[in-house]
Amino acid sequence: MNRVIEQQYNNKFKEVLLLGNDWKKYFRSLITPFNVIAALILSIGIPLTVIRFTRGIGAVSNLNDTNPWGFWIGVDVLSGVALAAGGFTIGTAVYLFGMKKYHPILRPAILTGFLGYFFVVVGLCFDLGRPWRLPYPMFVSYGVTSVMFLVGWHVATYLTVQFIEFSPAFFEAFGWRKIRRWAVRLTIGATIAGVILSTLHQSALGALFLISPNKLHPLWYTSYLPVFFFVSAIVGGMTMVIFESTISHKVFRHQIDPVDHLTLKEITFGLGKGASALLFTYFCLKWVGVAHHNNWHYLNTSLGHWFLVEVFGFILAPCLVLFMGFKRMNLTMVRTGAIWTVLGLILNRVNVSIIAMNWQRADRYFPSWMEIMITITVITVGLLVFRFIVNRTPTLYRHPDFLNEPDH
Amino acid sequence: MSVGRRKFLGTISTATIALAGLKVSANENFTGYPERYGMLIDTTQCIGKDCRLCEDACKKRNKLSLDDLDLKDNSVFDKARRTNSNNFTIVNKFINPDNQKDIFVKFQCMQCNEPACASACLVKAFTKTPEGSVIYNKDVCIGCRYCMVACPFYTLAYDYNDAYTPQVRKCTMCFEKIKDGQKPACVEICPKESITFGKREELIELAHQKIRSHPDRYIDRVYGELDVGGTSVLYLAETDFANLGFDTQLGKTPYPEYTRGFLSAVPLVLTIWPVLLVGLYKASQSRELKTTKEIYKDEEGDKK
Repeated sequence: MNRVIEQQYNNKFKEVLLLGNDWKKYFRSLITPFNVIAALILSIGIPLTVIRFTRGIGAVSNLNDTNPWGFWIGVDVLSGVALAAGGFTIGTAVYLFGMKKYHPILRPAILTGFLGYFFVVVGLCFDLGRPWRLPYPMFVSYGVTSVMFLVGWHVATYLTVQFIEFSPAFFEAFGWRKIRRWAVRLTIGATIAGVILSTLHQSALGALFLISPNKLHPLWYTSYLPVFFFVSAIVGGMTMVIFESTISHKVFRHQIDPVDHLTLKEITFGLGKGASALLFTYFCLKWVGVAHHNNWHYLNTSLGHWFLVEVFGFILAPCLVLFMGFKRMNLTMVRTGAIWTVLGLILNRVNVSIIAMNWQRADRYFPSWMEIMITITVITVGLLVFRFIVNRTPTLYRHPDFLNEPDH
Repeated sequence: MSVGRRKFLGTISTATIALAGLKVSANENFTGYPERYGMLIDTTQCIGKDCRLCEDACKKRNKLSLDDLDLKDNSVFDKARRTNSNNFTIVNKFINPDNQKDIFVKFQCMQCNEPACASACLVKAFTKTPEGSVIYNKDVCIGCRYCMVACPFYTLAYDYNDAYTPQVRKCTMCFEKIKDGQKPACVEICPKESITFGKREELIELAHQKIRSHPDRYIDRVYGELDVGGTSVLYLAETDFANLGFDTQLGKTPYPEYTRGFLSAVPLVLTIWPVLLVGLYKASQSRELKTTKEIYKDEEGDKK
């Protein structure tokens, strides 16, 4: 009897894993242009990973004593966390604000959020001197006066929360009705916990730099840093969802209900409108920061010009593009604005952590090609895992067996 | 068993504190350990050239490689150096703009009264000891290097080329020696007695006395007396400290203060957000309910 059940489970597992193919067919189906490129990236990235973990951070990076944080912190961690804010943003909209319209993009947004955070931690492991001590702030030694302590705890807790939020999709894929019902009951609680944790750690990432008033350029150093990081993370999360859903609807077209293809248009316009409004708020806030500290005289310096490029070229400009796109009902324009916003967010995080950092010092930092390549590798693996999960779980579509079950 | 449970409960309560980010700190009026030691470095006395015995003594005391040290090589003064994982103290050359005289400045960890590194560390790897030293515990450090971002003096260094046991490296004012009643290695070796070791309070007294009796020799400022809330290492100079590679704009605020405001806002978010969000959820639910009722009413109306 047990053997029969075991057999059934094994078959189900194999079916989910191989997408209903046998091994041979499955492997043959893997040869695609995207996978070839991914394999090429990994063929460079994996050896670099080995070098990093056998010969130290110095063997692959240009990090030094004056610039202990570089590309990995600026892009993988700071930008990664901000761009993964879509999970909590859409969750809030759907469950707490009751904006049911956004329901179709909720699961992919949560999956993006969960994997986003997960790969932030993976990326962080390259940067940490002793990554195997990652659990130390939780179990061994507590530095409660540190903003970083808060970030560590919150990212770990939030990863768990996002896992709970996404778990119903796994349970549906395997047809585990009972445990799914349990998981689904946690949805509202998890969403609320997600908002609280996100508010705090997104702003805490900005607060990290409050301790470096002498190192960060005055145009970027402001007591509003936590607010800036929080607001821009919401915009980053929203625009990243626009970007991700655009790609998903192309790549996984066959999985998506034709009705959802139509609603995506409306959803994109709604998100674009919201992002545009928030970007404008963020644009104004940036000037509040300059005015509050009376830093106007820095604007006509070389870094001041760079600040203007960020504020006008990568906050106001995408804000207007999103607005026009929404006004003219032009989907391409909204999507362009979204990508522009995402790039602007990355630029801001790189400015705060690298370009405007140590601006008065002679020993500046520029990333090595190996640092950049490792980041590209981490992102590639993230995309592969995203695709792997989307292909095997009801992320982009509703599972036919669970249509009448409550989702929260 | 009971220890296990106690540890578990400890972890839970730490978790609560962690999420709240509460600052469990000493009395706000704590002005530092009264008996702490310090070093007063008189930059007018250091000869620099053909000496750097302090660098040599420091390396030997801290068991650092001597390969990059050639005491006879004065070309090292051509470029300003900084501390690194193999040099916890360095002597740099600056030029007094008033008389073009060479001035040599020994540099190392400043041993802040309220160290930024200690407040920034998420595993509490740094401790300001009652003796005045800021010491580092390599056994808990995870290597995030936030301490290095926080340090206002750019003194901390990291073992970037060590894959398995990298550490943050710094001068501790020879903490072990101080505990044994001795002076730091650099103080002992200095042939010009340009470094005075003693109780910080007395050193400040001595510094001002020197300034008073030689107003022509020193400018009227003791670097480290008030900067970033005061440091255990103090400096005297004959020209503006800005000419000697010091950051004179750091202010008097202890660096941990800069993140205190944010940390105190954290419990507010944790207590107010849940109520607010549940309220929002209920509001959206009742709105939904209302619409269903209205639809029902409309349908009723249609029937009539």
